[in-house]
Amino acid sequence: MAKITIREAISQALMEEMDRDPKVFIMGEEVGVWGGTYAVTKGFYDKYGAARVKDTPIAENAIIGGAIGAAMVGQRPVAELMTINFGFSAMDYIVNQAPKLHYMFGGQFKVPMVIRAVGGGGRQLGATHSQTPDAIFAHFPGLKVVSPGTPEDAKGLLKSAIRSDDPVLFLEHATMYQVRGEVPEGEYTIPIGKSKVQRAGKDVTIVTYCKGLELSMKAAEELSKEGIEVEVVDLRTLRPLDMEPIIESFKKTNRAVVVEEGWKSYGVGSEVVSRIYEQAFDYVDAPIIRVAQKEVPLPYNRTLEQAALPQVADITAAVKEVLK
Amino acid sequence: MNKKEQQLDLYYQMVLIRRLEERGAELYQAGKIGGFMHLYIGQEAVSTGLIAAREPRDRVITAYRDHGVALNCGMSANEVMAELLGKATGVSKGMGGSMHMADTSKNMWGGHAIVGGHLPIAAGFAIGDQYAGNDNVTICMFGDGATNIGYFHEALNISKTWGLRVLWVCENNQYGMGTTVERASAVTEIRQKAEGYGMKNGQVDGMDVTKVYEAAKEALDFVRKNSQPYLLEVDTYRFRGHSMGDPERYRKAEEVKKWQENDPIGIFNKQLIEKKVASAKALDEIEARAEEDVVKAVEFAEASPEPAMEELYSDIYAD
Repeated sequence: MAKITIREAISQALMEEMDRDPKVFIMGEEVGVWGGTYAVTKGFYDKYGAARVKDTPIAENAIIGGAIGAAMVGQRPVAELMTINFGFSAMDYIVNQAPKLHYMFGGQFKVPMVIRAVGGGGRQLGATHSQTPDAIFAHFPGLKVVSPGTPEDAKGLLKSAIRSDDPVLFLEHATMYQVRGEVPEGEYTIPIGKSKVQRAGKDVTIVTYCKGLELSMKAAEELSKEGIEVEVVDLRTLRPLDMEPIIESFKKTNRAVVVEEGWKSYGVGSEVVSRIYEQAFDYVDAPIIRVAQKEVPLPYNRTLEQAALPQVADITAAVKEVLK
Repeated sequence: MNKKEQQLDLYYQMVLIRRLEERGAELYQAGKIGGFMHLYIGQEAVSTGLIAAREPRDRVITAYRDHGVALNCGMSANEVMAELLGKATGVSKGMGGSMHMADTSKNMWGGHAIVGGHLPIAAGFAIGDQYAGNDNVTICMFGDGATNIGYFHEALNISKTWGLRVLWVCENNQYGMGTTVERASAVTEIRQKAEGYGMKNGQVDGMDVTKVYEAAKEALDFVRKNSQPYLLEVDTYRFRGHSMGDPERYRKAEEVKKWQENDPIGIFNKQLIEKKVASAKALDEIEARAEEDVVKAVEFAEASPEPAMEELYSDIYAD
C-alpha cells in the first residue's frame, strides 16, 4: 500500500480516468495553464492538451451549464468550481437542472457529469469564501453528493463519480489536501452511497464525514487513552445516504455524536440524528449530540475563526456528555 | 425552398400547430391539462421555417413555448397531446408536461422552463460536439426576455470565445411576459447584443415562413462552415397571452388585431396560391387533414393510460 496525500489521490483518479476513457475531460477556472488553484491538475495541461483540460472564463453558469450540455450529448466532463462558494452563482444548474433532467424528460437524458468543488473553513478567507454548505446540495433528489475524508476514499469515489451516469457533486476540503493515507495499489473504485466504519469501538458511535472525520479520528485517539472506545462511521456520500452501518453501530453502542463542519441548523447531522431516532428509537440510551459550526458567518480573524469551527475538544466533550 | 411537397408540408405543420394548440387551450379550460401552458399561436412560422432549414444531425433546444418546435422536429401530435394530458404515452412519459417536450431520437432536446437557463446547456451541446470533432450545429431558441439575464451573456461569450457551433435564435415577440422589450432591454434591437461579443448576427421577419427558412439556411451554413456562433433575431408576435393565465392588461386589443392581420398561416396561404404552388381547395384539404389529426390525437391522449404509480420513483437516477 502506498501512502499518498488527498491531493495526489484526486489527481491520480482524474489521470487514470482520462487515460481510460477519451470522453472524460476537465473544464474550469485555471485548471489548465495555471495547473489548478489547489494544484490538483498540475501537469495535466501539458499531458492532455487544451482540448481535454479546458480553461474557462470566470463564468460559473457557462462552466456548469456547459458541462451539463456536454454530458447530455455523450461526453463525461469533470467541471471544477474553484470553490463551492462560487457554486451559488451556478445554483440553478447544480440543484435545479442537473438533478432534474433525467427524471423530467421520462429518462431520455443522462447527465454523466462530475462537479468537483473545494469547500470548508479554516484558511482565513472571510465569510463568503469559507463555507461548508454541503447540506443544501444534499437536499435535492437526483443529485449525488460525495465528500470523502481519506485519500483511499477520495481516489476510489472520484473514479466511481466519473463513471456514474448521474451528476455527482464531489466536495473536497481546502485544509485536507495534505492529509496522508494508504491507498491500494492498482485499479480500484469505491461505490457511491456506502457509509463505512473507519474505526471500530464499543462505547459511542460518532457519525461524520470529510473534515469531521479528520477531527473525529483525533478525538477517538485521545478518548482511547482515557479508556473510551468510540466507533467512527464515515458517511462518505451524503446523498444517497447509507444508514445501515450507522444503525448497526448504534444498536451496539446506544449512544451517538454527529460531527460536521457546516452549521448545525438544518444540517447533515440533523438528518442523521432524525433517522437514528426514526429507525432505532428503542436503542437510545442518551440524547444524541450534534457538534457543528457556530451559527455565525465565519470571521477573518484566526482566533475567532477557530472558535467558530468545530474542534477536537468539542467532540471529546460531546462523547463524554452522551456517556454521562 | 422550392419543392412543392416541402412547402405544402410546412403549411401542414403550421396549421397542425395552430389546431393542436387551439384544442389544447380548450382542454386546459376544461381542466384536463394542468400546470402552465404557453401557446405558440402567431409564432408558427418561426420554428417551422427554422427547423425545416436544419440538417437532421443539428440539435434543437428551446424554452417553454415548445409545442410547435416539438411538432416541427417530428414528434407526433399524439405524443405531444398525450404529454399535455400527462399520460404515459407522452413524449416525456407524462413527467414533463407542456414545458418539457423532448425526443432525443428527433434531436429535439427540450423544452426548458427556466428563462435563459437552457442557453449555457446549448453551449454545452456544442462543446460536446466540438470535443467529438463533428460539425453538428446546435439551434438554440429563446425569447427576447431571456436576453436580459446573465445566462445569455455567459453563453454568448463562451460560444464566441471557444468557436462553438451554435445558432442563437431570439424569437422577439415584443414582450417578456407582460413587459415590453423597451421596458426591459437596454437595446430594443436584440441583435445588437451579439455585436458586443463580436458575433455575426441578422434579423428577419418571423411572420413569413419562407423568409425565416432562407435566413436560417444562411445562418446555419455560416455556423457550420466557420465554426462560429451566429445570432438570428426573428421578429414575431404571440396572438394569445403569455400563458393560459394571462389577463392581458399590458396590451391593447387593437395592437393584437393589427398583428393578426399578418397571420403567418394567412401569409403563407396567400403566397402558395399566388405562386400557384397549390389551389385554395388543396390548402383547405391540408387544413382538414391537420384538423383530423388533432381530433385523433385528442382521442389517443384521452384513451392513453396514466403513468404507473412506480414511475414516481423511477428515473431519479440513471445508474
